[in-house]
Amino acid sequence: MNKDNDKNKMNADEAPMNPENGNAARSPKADSNNTGDANEDIIKSATTGDYKYGFVTDIDTHVIPKGLNEDVVRYISQVKGEPEWLLDFRLKAYRHWLTMKMPRWAHLDIPEIDYQAISYYAAPKQKEGPKNLDEVDPELRKTFDKLGISLEEQMRLSGIAVDAVMDSVSVKTTYKERLAELGVIFCSISEAVRDYPDLVRKYLGSVVPYRDNFFAALNSAVFSDGSFVYIPKGVRCPMELSTYFRINAAETGQFERTLIVADDDAYVSYLEGCTAPMRDENQLHAAIVEIVVEDRAEVKYSTVQNWYPGDKDGKGGIYNFVTKRGLCRGDFSKLSWTQVETGSAITWKYPSCVLQGDNSVGEFYSVALTNNYQQADTGTKMIHIGKNSRSTIVSKGISAGHSQNSYRGEVKVVPKAANCRNYTQCDSLLLSSTSGAHTFPRIDVQNETSVVEHEATTSKINEDQIFYCNQRGISTEDAIGLIVNGYAKEVMAKLPMEFAVEAQKLLSISLEGSVG
Amino acid sequence: MSSIKQYTDIFHAYGSAIDAHSAPVLNALRPDALKALENATMPRKGDEDYETTDLNELFAPDYGVNINRVNLTADPAEAFRCDVPNMSTSPYYFFNDVYHHDADTLASRGDGVIVSSLRKAAIEHPELVARHYARIAPLSNPQVALNTLLAQDGIFVYVPRNVVLERTLQLVNIMNVAQPVMAVRRVLVVLEDGAQARMLVCDHTQSRDVQCLSNQVIEISLGEGATFDYYDLEATASSSRRASTLWAQQAAGSNLLIDGITLANGITRNGYHISINGEHAETSLLGMAIASGEQHVDNHTYIGHNVGHCHSNELFKYVLDDRATGAFSGKILVAENAPKVEAYQSNRNVCASPAAKMFTKPQLEIYTDDVKCSHGATVGQLDQDALFYMRTRGIPEHDARTLLMQAFMSDVIDGVRIEALKDRLHHLVEKRFAGALADCGECSGKCLRNKK
Repeated sequence: MNKDNDKNKMNADEAPMNPENGNAARSPKADSNNTGDANEDIIKSATTGDYKYGFVTDIDTHVIPKGLNEDVVRYISQVKGEPEWLLDFRLKAYRHWLTMKMPRWAHLDIPEIDYQAISYYAAPKQKEGPKNLDEVDPELRKTFDKLGISLEEQMRLSGIAVDAVMDSVSVKTTYKERLAELGVIFCSISEAVRDYPDLVRKYLGSVVPYRDNFFAALNSAVFSDGSFVYIPKGVRCPMELSTYFRINAAETGQFERTLIVADDDAYVSYLEGCTAPMRDENQLHAAIVEIVVEDRAEVKYSTVQNWYPGDKDGKGGIYNFVTKRGLCRGDFSKLSWTQVETGSAITWKYPSCVLQGDNSVGEFYSVALTNNYQQADTGTKMIHIGKNSRSTIVSKGISAGHSQNSYRGEVKVVPKAANCRNYTQCDSLLLSSTSGAHTFPRIDVQNETSVVEHEATTSKINEDQIFYCNQRGISTEDAIGLIVNGYAKEVMAKLPMEFAVEAQKLLSISLEGSVG
Repeated sequence: MSSIKQYTDIFHAYGSAIDAHSAPVLNALRPDALKALENATMPRKGDEDYETTDLNELFAPDYGVNINRVNLTADPAEAFRCDVPNMSTSPYYFFNDVYHHDADTLASRGDGVIVSSLRKAAIEHPELVARHYARIAPLSNPQVALNTLLAQDGIFVYVPRNVVLERTLQLVNIMNVAQPVMAVRRVLVVLEDGAQARMLVCDHTQSRDVQCLSNQVIEISLGEGATFDYYDLEATASSSRRASTLWAQQAAGSNLLIDGITLANGITRNGYHISINGEHAETSLLGMAIASGEQHVDNHTYIGHNVGHCHSNELFKYVLDDRATGAFSGKILVAENAPKVEAYQSNRNVCASPAAKMFTKPQLEIYTDDVKCSHGATVGQLDQDALFYMRTRGIPEHDARTLLMQAFMSDVIDGVRIEALKDRLHHLVEKRFAGALADCGECSGKCLRNKK
């Protein structure tokens, strides 16, 4: 215990968040983008091309020293006051991780990552849990204001329940009371471990076991926080649940873990947004999302991923290596993934559906936009185990600048999965001659009654359409924005309203400078 | 345990015998091949692009290699005719991997066309062969390296500038052995600028009970504006193993058609690796497989568009019955600075029985924007509505199914550019679906007659 206290002190001294640094990272352009009306915003950011969310919040952050060893894992567990079983889970994962090597099969150029140069825990320092919004750290609230998810606004206007995870610790979950009335549990995973240990223990690692892959093992060992959602039998969650992730402290990794359980006949729509400050060095984000869908339940999971993508020359940016998987365990269950990926220097993730229940449905809608030197290798897996299970995959890739954008997917039908149906469509749009678009699907069908289709096209943005827009006085930049938004519309339509608007803006912003 | 070692051991023990029965041009590359194999391993099941086929296992059995070129005395032309009706061809034979010399019918043409044993050509025209031999197929591929290490002979086709070879060349590979043998064949085709030729390769076996492996490497080099058709028809038996890789290089304006047909086989792995290095080149890569029993057919394709303004079209179709497994992995690559490329790939598969399995992996890798590329893959069944329609008109279910499957295959056959061969293929496919194996009917050799 004493030892840990020492560590605490040491870290407080080392906390890298000094005000000068924080302000230095803020460029005047970014400031101007934060004011003024929305339309001008887009045009300005489209021409100057700065990352809108690149500010650093000057918040007292508690960071532990860099490096990873068993003590760090024990320390994280202890700080969070976790029970013995969870510590065991972490240690098992850590020991397994030591035996693994980082995979290299993706179509990505990933520099060596020094896992000992990362700090595995960073928490905004806080007094004892805030009783109401006034008690939340004002700096933190300013951050959320900048992010456009002011807690008050959220509470008052949109009715979205927000769980904001800053660096690694969940800061505040709004709308908890109303959800509690219905028996919906929406809280940070640490709270869930404390308050609902049986539920967490039952489901944690049941969809993504710690042995699953290199990053899953790493996350299982050091995950610091995340969200936990449980929708009881027959409950239709009345509002959209939302989590905002933000990496703030330098040289830290973010390892959040999300666990969503929809019991029989339940429904929930869950949104996830991510931003990070601008930094020269790369930061690692290795999260796990696990979803369990029981009989006739439905989960809709939407992501707008806008981690810092690095600057124009590909310097800095987030490595987004995430394992997302849902288990449609019940009959007639449904899981729908929608993602808009515009950020991150490197995106490497495959939100997947294991369609175990008969008549279960999996959906994957994705827009992945890469610009400058961004790289993305993303797609999905649909594993058909249940009879009559169906899946739809719609993936739209957009590559600009010098970026590389890959779709990688797997559709597997096991021998006993009769009458399965899959339809896959993945289109790539190329906006520059130096960018790349690649498609790597795998189809493995072991049942003769199943029908699996895959279609992919790759083409350049249509010059006739741009010309048509130009003719009518729309600048080329705006025309591209329009065309791309039209191209992505099929996926955007699947996003909840609030996110769709933001995602459309994001697409336009991320396309900056891609003309010519 | 790598299966390569037993073959390098053979080389270490009998290297001089191998050299003695071959030509210096071919021998010159053996040390390089040996070096390439030193640390190489044959791809195993599950490796990228080898998801369902274990090459290591394919090469693992203790196969004999015919180092001393023991020749067969029989006259293959008498024993085995593989005629295509209404098509006159210039036939050449391989018994296992031994080239049959009697049939050099083109030697007297006097226009510089060479169609002969690779060994003979390498002795008579060493510079010409050295300029092309193992230039396209890289030794970094263990299959190619192994073939280069052991290949003593093969066939060499050379068509000089602007010469048109009207008669189709027909190469008949016949396996006829008493014990397990690995046939190491090499095919080298060189067409100079503006040349035209067509080649039909038929793979057969007369020893249905002996497991043998044919390990072949085909290299095709097309000059500017050259046109070449390559039809590869495999009708072997369940004991047959085949590991074949084809490497082609196309110069500007050349036109290449490849049609790989598997009607009957044991385990087959075909690789097609095509590099398009000149603008306005066209490539058609067609393939089909009809597999039943325990047959396994794996086609791997790669078409690299290294320059702009070229066109490729790829179509592979499979019908899988019983416990047959099929695999297709195909990649289309468009390099940077290769604008106006059009590349299409399609893979359609029908699984006709509950235990049939299909694995498919179509891939696009595009590094420039001004392209039109697409790929599609489907795995499904015959159209139930069409079946029902035919049955309402009094066609028995079995016949209806056969008709539909034939129709399914017809667009692969329609890509064939020789009318007589097209008819023949329709006929063979029909017979294959009707249950009778793709026996070449008129052939006195009756390569498949031992079946019954």
